[in-house]
Amino acid sequence: MTQATPFIVEMRDISKVYPNGVRANEHVNFAVRPREIHALVGENGAGKSTLMKILYGMERPSSGQIFVRGKPVSIHSPHEAIALGIGMVHQNFMLVPSFTIAENVVLGAEPARRRLLDYRAAVEITRQLSAQYGLEVDPEAPVEAVPVGMRQRVEILKALYRGADVLILDEPTAVLTPQETHELFAAIRQLVQSGKTVIFISHKLREVKAISDRVSVMRNARLVDTVNTAEVSEEQLARMMVGREVFLRVDKAPMRRGEPVLQVRDLEYVTEAGVEMLKGVSFNVYAGEILGVAGVEGNGQTELVEVIAGLRSAAAGQVRLCGVDITNAPPRRVRQAGVAHIPEDRLTNGVALSMSIAENLIVDRYERPPFTRGGLMQPAAVAEHAERLIDQFAIRAPDGDAPVASLSGGNMQKVVLARELSSSPKLLIAAQPTRGVDIGASEFIYEQLVRARDNGVAVLLVSADLSEVMSLADRIMVMKDGRITAVLDNTPDLTEEAIGYYMLGVKRMSAEEIAARA
Amino acid sequence: MEAISVIFSVAFVAAVLRVSTPLILPALGGLISELGGVINIALEGIMLVAACAGVLVSVWTQSAWLGAIAGVALGMFIALVLAFFHLNLKADLILAAIALNLLASGGTIFVVYLVTGDKSSTSRLVSGQMPFLSDFIPSVRELGDLGRLLDQNILTYAAFVLTALVALFLYRTRTGIHLRAVGENPEAARSVGINVRRMQYLALLLSGMLAALGGVYLSMGYVKFFARDMTGGRGFIALAAIYLGARKPLGVLIAALVFGAAEALSIQLGNLRVPTQLVQIIPYFATLAALVIYAVAQRQRALARQRAFLQSRAARQV
Repeated sequence: MTQATPFIVEMRDISKVYPNGVRANEHVNFAVRPREIHALVGENGAGKSTLMKILYGMERPSSGQIFVRGKPVSIHSPHEAIALGIGMVHQNFMLVPSFTIAENVVLGAEPARRRLLDYRAAVEITRQLSAQYGLEVDPEAPVEAVPVGMRQRVEILKALYRGADVLILDEPTAVLTPQETHELFAAIRQLVQSGKTVIFISHKLREVKAISDRVSVMRNARLVDTVNTAEVSEEQLARMMVGREVFLRVDKAPMRRGEPVLQVRDLEYVTEAGVEMLKGVSFNVYAGEILGVAGVEGNGQTELVEVIAGLRSAAAGQVRLCGVDITNAPPRRVRQAGVAHIPEDRLTNGVALSMSIAENLIVDRYERPPFTRGGLMQPAAVAEHAERLIDQFAIRAPDGDAPVASLSGGNMQKVVLARELSSSPKLLIAAQPTRGVDIGASEFIYEQLVRARDNGVAVLLVSADLSEVMSLADRIMVMKDGRITAVLDNTPDLTEEAIGYYMLGVKRMSAEEIAARA
Repeated sequence: MEAISVIFSVAFVAAVLRVSTPLILPALGGLISELGGVINIALEGIMLVAACAGVLVSVWTQSAWLGAIAGVALGMFIALVLAFFHLNLKADLILAAIALNLLASGGTIFVVYLVTGDKSSTSRLVSGQMPFLSDFIPSVRELGDLGRLLDQNILTYAAFVLTALVALFLYRTRTGIHLRAVGENPEAARSVGINVRRMQYLALLLSGMLAALGGVYLSMGYVKFFARDMTGGRGFIALAAIYLGARKPLGVLIAALVFGAAEALSIQLGNLRVPTQLVQIIPYFATLAALVIYAVAQRQRALARQRAFLQSRAARQV
């Protein structure tokens, strides 16, 4: 039965309880009007991804009903969602790297002649869609050879090729530079003008304000409210998201900069496959400062951190810590020299998931007293150590024996932070320290990083989140294609756009200018 | 020198084609499974079972073709078992395949012993052989050297035709493209409605079919009997050929021919006065050497790029 409705998609009283008892959605009512840009915001774990997975047929709701164009539907698979005109662009792209863009666009629904792929037709289709919606791509380039922004456009084209009227974009700007974000927003507006509807998942409130017509806020598995974007401020949205006032503006004492702690000179790194990822990188990090590294991911930041930490070998150049050469030293020697490292991939490099909190807190010092005496582990000392750090870093866990795998992302990161900061480092490398961490824990992590800085630790902060770098760093170093393109003092008048030009490589400082500031 | 003249003879080229066949066929099968993301380590066991079943069924039915069909069917059944264990029961693919290889080695001897009372081979039985070109066109025999070159088993011809068909399948058919997409990014494939498990079943079944053809050729073309462990590691050499051939059908064909040439050489040298133990290691040594050379070459290329980059940068700075 079709009923008159102003909504193209309506989800009524949706609840989702996972088999392990987690309630991801509770009585959620979510409705989208045709031709609108509807933002869905909320902290990590608030339930927005689950809700969209239900709409896209990747999860089944425990209860509730879905209506598409007024008709009740049950969506069992992405295939059925696509048939209903719902398309989704996932956060981690669903592309086949060695296939060309045209092949990726038509994958699963290829134009064929006598059962053989009609590649010419695939290229032609891609070209037409690309022109029609202003999503510029090179149809015959393999996906692995094109930049992230273009890969995202390929994902959107894929959905359009399958006849999507409603496009779900899952945190589409997470991997883009500010300029690429502008381009994406222009493309989204053009899509809406040609009759499409866009659901925009995000937790970046500034972007939500800039692009959306209406916004739905989720918190704790519930949909708090749906409002017209023009009628709310960013602060109001933030309050709705967390249920309390949160300012991720960090209060920092003026910097007391000391001696150079980390000195990196002419660092080169080449991957096994022969790709040059670091090209003559030179800079210092001083005691008592936070040096923020900004840049689109994949421009050498990961490699820089891992070369310094001793996890990869530099092809040339030098890394010195307080005058001591630690170039290509094994990780243990690097740590003993005074380097602490919060790795970007917490789950593989930061913690041993199946081991306990107490064990994770001593992996870098288990062989030393008081944890080992006479070649034997001292369980009492290990437990006492864990108890103290759990308390000091407000890790939400029953006790030190709980496996790290049972913790939330934020608490897991606190375990890493506790271990690294309690090693009394001279240099703290924090790579993506708040990725996948909720706002409460992020705040705590920010405080701890600033406290370390105030205590004279040199902090090297690498983050894909530009606002994080801007709120924490004293100086900002921008990386593009393995080079430093700028070193900027983080003054209040510095804007995201200004940094964005350097991130994209549109502008770059001269070598002399960088050398003078780095 | 004697050895040189041997290598450049027509007989030698004919021998290369003969001994390469049981490498090309399983290598093509392995390639399909590799590109589908479910590398089939059980090629060796599947060949062995198919070789054994082919001989026994041909004895029983007095038909080489029925024997071959039975061998291929049983080979595909074993691939199906492997697929079921891995894809449905979530067993580790490598371990399950190793188990099947061991089962094939022991199981074939057991069956042969039950049937013949002999634990080493079926040479006492009169078994069938797949036809040669001269069985269809007798005049081939009168062509002299060329005739000897062309008078190959139909499975040898099949190996070359199948190389082209596998390439066509993998790169031009929708199913083949889906199979490659599944192997490279299963999540992406699933998200566009491709049934990942079905594609991986298909990849393993096709690999089983091609490996079984290789096995059937061994016992019903290359020779006319089944012998204990007669595959002699060809299923593993075929795996090496996949990577040496850069995971492309034509590359795999060439790699398999190179390994075949090494084996043919060892056979020819066996007629000369060279210690047989030394000669017998040639195909295995060639496999190892080829893989080492391949790895070193890749590394050299990476280092050369690195040096070229550092030099060009130094030049720019001057």
